[in-house]
This record gives sequence, C-alpha cells and structure tokens, in this order.
Amino acid sequence: MPRVTFPFGPQHPVLPEAIQLQLTCEDEKVVEVLPVIGYMHRGIERAAEKNPFPNNVFLCERVCGICSFIHGATYCQVIEKMMDIQIPPRADYLRVFWSELSRMHSHLLWLGLVADSFGFESLFMQCWRARERVLDILEITSGQRVIQSASVVGGVRRDLNVDLISRVREILRMFKQEWDAIIPVLRKDYTIKIRTVGKGVLPHDQAWKLGAVGPTLRGSGWDSDTRSSGYGVYGELEFKAVVESGGDSYARMLCRAREVTASYELVLKVLDSLPSGEISVKVKGFPDGEAVMCTEQPRGEVIYYARGNGTAYLERLKIRTPTFQNIVPLLTMLPGCELADVPVIVLSIDPCIACAER
Amino acid sequence: MMGLITRSRVKSPWIVHYCCGGCNGCDIEILACLTPLYDVERFGMLNIGNPKHADILVVTGPVNNRNARVLKTLYDQIPNPKVVMAVGTCASSGGVFHNCYNTLGGIDKVIPVDVYIPGCAVRPEAIIDGVVLALDKLNLKKRTKVG
Repeated sequence: MPRVTFPFGPQHPVLPEAIQLQLTCEDEKVVEVLPVIGYMHRGIERAAEKNPFPNNVFLCERVCGICSFIHGATYCQVIEKMMDIQIPPRADYLRVFWSELSRMHSHLLWLGLVADSFGFESLFMQCWRARERVLDILEITSGQRVIQSASVVGGVRRDLNVDLISRVREILRMFKQEWDAIIPVLRKDYTIKIRTVGKGVLPHDQAWKLGAVGPTLRGSGWDSDTRSSGYGVYGELEFKAVVESGGDSYARMLCRAREVTASYELVLKVLDSLPSGEISVKVKGFPDGEAVMCTEQPRGEVIYYARGNGTAYLERLKIRTPTFQNIVPLLTMLPGCELADVPVIVLSIDPCIACAER
Repeated sequence: MMGLITRSRVKSPWIVHYCCGGCNGCDIEILACLTPLYDVERFGMLNIGNPKHADILVVTGPVNNRNARVLKTLYDQIPNPKVVMAVGTCASSGGVFHNCYNTLGGIDKVIPVDVYIPGCAVRPEAIIDGVVLALDKLNLKKRTKVG
C-alpha cells in the first residue's frame, strides 16, 4: 500500500485554532505525524519587555483566552515573588475562586468540543449550557465573561459582597443540577465509550518520560498536580488531585469531568472560608532580580520566569505553557490509530495552540 | 431565478471560521453563539469547515506573517458575493498585540473587511449584532452584484 501524506489543518472544523499536522497514512492507518506550528505565534514574550510591568497582566491574560485568569494571576504571582510583596489573604482566596471557575468553564468547553468531534451534538449543547452558568458567575463577579482582568500585581481588583455571594451560590446550585445530569452520560454512554476507550493510549511510563502535564499525565496514573504543592491558598483548602489510570482518551475525559466536580467543591470551600480584609496592597518600586512561579492551569502546569533590572520594564519574561509539553506525547499517541480517530485523539490532550505558540 | 437564490442565500448564510492568531477568547464566544442560549442558527447560519460552501468569513485574531497567506487563500476560495467579519479588537486593529513583532495588525491589512466587531473578548450579543449587519451587507452585495 503506498503512503499518502496530507495536511490536517491549519483551518479545520474540529480545531478552533490553527495548527497543521501532516499525517502520513497507509490505507486508513496513520503511520507518521509531523506537526507544523507557527500559525498562532505573536511574540508575546518580547512584547512583555516593551510594556511597563503592571500592564503586562493584560497581555499575559491574552496568551490564552480560555485559561486567561490563571495566566494573569500567575504573572502577578511571579512579580510579587520577585518584589517580595505579601498580598492580603482575601485576595489569595479570590484568586482561587476565579481560577477554579476558569477551570470549570475550560473543562466544560472541552467536554463539549470532544463530544462534537465524534458527532454527539446534544452533549455538546448540554455541556455548553452548563458552562453558561459558570460564565454568568464570572460576569457578575468580575465584569467579563472570558477575559476577567480581575487580578493585578498586589492583589485583585474586584471584591465579593454578601449579596453577590448569595447570588453566586444560587447559580452554583443550578449549575450542579445540570452537571449532575451530564455526569452519568459521560460515565455510561455507549457512543462515548466506543469512540474513546483504548484510543490514543499513553502508557504510564511514557507519559512521564515524554514530559506530559496536567490531565494528560494524570489520565495515565500519575498523581501530579501543581496545586498539591499548596501555592496560593490551595494548602489551606485541602486540595486532592484527581487521578485516572486508563491512559486512553476516555481516562483523560473522565479526569477532566471529575476535576469539574472537584473545582466546584473548591469554589464552595472558598465562599465558606473567605477571610475579611483588604483585597490589594499598594505596589512601590520596580521589580529587580528573578523569580519562577509554577501554577496549575486547566491543561497542566504553566511556568512563568521573569527577570527584572530595577526599571519599570522587565528584562525577560519566559512562559512555558502546558500544551507545548503535551504536543510531544500526542505525536506518540497518533501513529497506529485510524484516520477517523485523529480528531478525537488530537482533542484529548486539550490543545490550546494560542498557549503553545504565544 | 436569481432573486430566489439571493433570497435563500441571505436567509441561510453559512459561515466559515478562521482563527489567525488571537487568544481564543473570541473563538469560544463565536462557538457560544451557536449554542442554544444565543442560537445564531435561528438566522439560518451554520458553521461549516469548507470555505467553498461559505458566504461569510469570520476571522478572529491579528494576522501574522505566517498565516497571512492562509487567510488570503481562504478568502479567495469563498465564492462571490461574500462578507468578511473581523471579530474582536485584535482582528480589527491589532489590539493588545499591536506591538508584537510577528503581528501585522488588523486583518484588513490582508483582505477587505465588511464588518468590524470590537470587544476584547467580544460578547456574544455583539457578535449577533455584527451578524445582522453582515446579513444586510450580503443582501446589498447580492442585489448590486458587487464583490
């Protein structure tokens, strides 16, 4: 059988973003994959050196619009670490509040997209309906649906009051009802199982060796979640990582579905134990020295490295995003699969090309 | 006969979406428009993958050196008359990425744009507003046989 090479992307209905995979097929079987990247590259790291450091929060939030709050908050945390700023505990809790809501909306978005990729249209709509509840909460608490810009160096910009908290709890109750109806479908549905079980297997040892992060790694049985290290106030909230052992697309999907529930519980915990006090401190001076900060995004561990030189402008900002790490494991999952399974397997790592190429 | 085709095209415009390097925020809002809460499908719109079937090109993100060619090719493949929507501030003018070395600015540097929708990220309501405007433009173009 002669080999045929053809492009998958950059414009493809399954991918909301532009990446090209050059697939080499023998009949219906994929034998070789070559990623072609660069379609989404903007040069954010360089642009971050041209803006004054407080303005970079808005740039970093736009590294990726789906996990934008966590990007912005991580940038603030790395600058605060460098400048030795202690932010008020209430700001820390609020950051966790918005981070976990971002995680919920990102995972629900992904569950919808993956359902759409194998033609389960009604599940796509149901997941996105539940997601709208989360976006409603983000909107009433921060003012924007997807890019919140609620975090600044030295704390947060918005506060919750009693009325708002009771409204948030009410929407969360509605969300829980809708989400509880979706979970059994994800666990039991025949269509989902036939399209995901055993597809795109990433073995336990390979996952670690290839440097997978986030649900891609946890779906292969590794208990590795940056939140377990207790940054911010995750230590006080008694966080436990979600681990699945299957290693296939199904395990990764279940891992994300269970994380939605875990994040929901974390949000409730934050609302229960929100300390009173200020929400931000005044920042004096300019960043000097260097610092590294790792946090957990919906897609895995993100690392921010920043170096300052005592002026308002950073000398270097380096962002290592989770999708960048997960592309290599993806290249080992694809060879050997059926051509029809390619969209599902590509989506199973939750690719965010805007993150990966910055 | 032409009148019938024009009418049916305006009543069921198919859109093709291309992200040329934004942050995703607008892309997920476009998808949110298709879900039941906002439901642009009530205008007969359908999100499809093939530019040759499409009437409206929806573009998000600032165009960069690498995908300018892809965007131009997509635009050329859409049959006339067609409407281009620039969704989001960075598709309109470059926005927050104006000083990034790899971006060229708004997509109007590469292809002609009919409807600009500001917002970072755009709200679904704004997209629906823009879609209605795009339909008017499509109607006008069909009648005058321009573009």
